[in-house]
Amino acid sequence: MISLSEYLLLGGLLFSIAVAGVFLNRKNVIILLMCIELMLLAVNMNFVAFSHFLQDTAGQVFVFFILTVAAAEAAIGLAILVVLFRNRRTINVEDLDTLKG
Amino acid sequence: MGFEQILFYLFAAITLVSAGMVVTRRNPVHAVLYLVLTFVTSAVLWMLLEAEFLAIVLVLVYVGAVMVLFLFVVMMLDVDIATLRAQFIRYLPLGLVIAAIMAIEIFLVVGPAQFGLDQVPRPAAAAAGVSNTEALGRVLYTVYVYPFEIASVILLVAIVAAIRLTLRHRPETKYQKPERQVRVTKGPDRIRLVDVPSEPRLGTANAQEGKPE
Repeated sequence: MISLSEYLLLGGLLFSIAVAGVFLNRKNVIILLMCIELMLLAVNMNFVAFSHFLQDTAGQVFVFFILTVAAAEAAIGLAILVVLFRNRRTINVEDLDTLKG
Repeated sequence: MGFEQILFYLFAAITLVSAGMVVTRRNPVHAVLYLVLTFVTSAVLWMLLEAEFLAIVLVLVYVGAVMVLFLFVVMMLDVDIATLRAQFIRYLPLGLVIAAIMAIEIFLVVGPAQFGLDQVPRPAAAAAGVSNTEALGRVLYTVYVYPFEIASVILLVAIVAAIRLTLRHRPETKYQKPERQVRVTKGPDRIRLVDVPSEPRLGTANAQEGKPE
């Protein structure tokens, strides 16, 4: 039978791939947003696995709220990206230095 | 190896491979499509965990709405991929090392030694007639009703923010002005009477012209 640790390891591997993606595509904002979605998916996988193995619905409720907030985050993030591209004609992270931070 | 295990390993492998494709593809459209594949296979894995409602929600909301939004934006923006990929190889070793370290750490923490079948046994099968959606709805509308309302407000804020951010007034576009339309009064705003001098009758004019001949 499948144990809890296999689901947790799957979530951990997904998260590691997403972190590697942040490093590899550090110039492309779209891919960075997609890597964040992947991280959220990995976390949700852990929540669902724990919810099943501990027989507690609270984990699934948490996943429900994470999905809601992630959808809102994706909508606003992409809107900011569109405005950014309209004003600067680029989505390269290194060109976004107007704040001189 | 049972049927459930075969399903798990098959879909877990597809999930990991497509996640790897997401972060390494050159074309952002391909990356979005691989991300869709990742979400769909994850939904299958959630079904194996008896979280049917969330699996359907993942496909409907994520694949159906969020990923289509991503696809829209990727296709709308005319991105120069070559410059964005310039230092891909340079950061490859660093990214792989950090990812490997994180994976090893996670394996040490949640590996089979801590969360194996001996430590966390499989739960008893759900009783027939109890649906996952119903169980989730029962707690969502009673215990978690206040967070649920806040989530709806967050979605509303996201709608307003996204529309306001991308709204743009072009000077050449013609708009109606509703506030001026409703403010008109009954008299001179609506109707203007014009005095037009009446034309002389056609037949008599001809007769008068014809007389001298």
